[in-house]
Amino acid sequence: MDKETFIEQLREIVRPYAKNQEALATIDLSTDFIKDLKINSANLVDVILDVEEKYDIVIQNEEMERMLDVQAAFDIVQTKLSEK
Amino acid sequence: MTKEEILQHLPYAPPFLFVDELEYIDEEKVTGIFTFRADMPCYKGHFKGHPVTPGVLLTEVMAQTGLACLGIYLLKDEVRKQLPTVAMTAAHIDFYLPVAPGETVKAKATKIYFRFNKLKCRVELYNTAGALVCDGTIEGMIIKK
Repeated sequence: MDKETFIEQLREIVRPYAKNQEALATIDLSTDFIKDLKINSANLVDVILDVEEKYDIVIQNEEMERMLDVQAAFDIVQTKLSEK
Repeated sequence: MTKEEILQHLPYAPPFLFVDELEYIDEEKVTGIFTFRADMPCYKGHFKGHPVTPGVLLTEVMAQTGLACLGIYLLKDEVRKQLPTVAMTAAHIDFYLPVAPGETVKAKATKIYFRFNKLKCRVELYNTAGALVCDGTIEGMIIKK
């Protein structure tokens, strides 16, 4: 999966949870879920669960703790998909 | 962990303890019971001359049963070592019936998920007559220090 496709899919996943909808329009690899999109830590859990469902993967606790920006999410999803 | 042990581990005390007893608990669901005593101070002001149980307190019964009691049960040994810091992060509740002073209510909660330190439950509250008072979803998180 290329990063453009991933970013487009992730944008739809985070849309219901992003408090800052303007930042959502310009989302890129450096976008931080909490600082830029203003997603709270409780809703970030729902983002991760939706990512798991979308890509049919299981994310571990330590991976979840690293998944704070789009780049980290992309790396973790890529790794998981390549392991399938 | 027994139902009595769970109640002992609750981080609440009167006048903000809203679970009198647990009727049932397993890893998926819990039922708690609470009586709103007619002499509770909230009835003096909610409302003036017309006492009705505030919706926030009905929500609190469901949160203490569905998040706190079930959360303690799920964490088990971790709770025995140290009581975690918890926070309610969302509550989406619809209300159908008023609860009068003196009524005993029953809160039922069913786990939707417990992942990454977040517990989300479907909750329902029933009055003494067994009618549905309010329902919805409620969620909370364990805050790491």
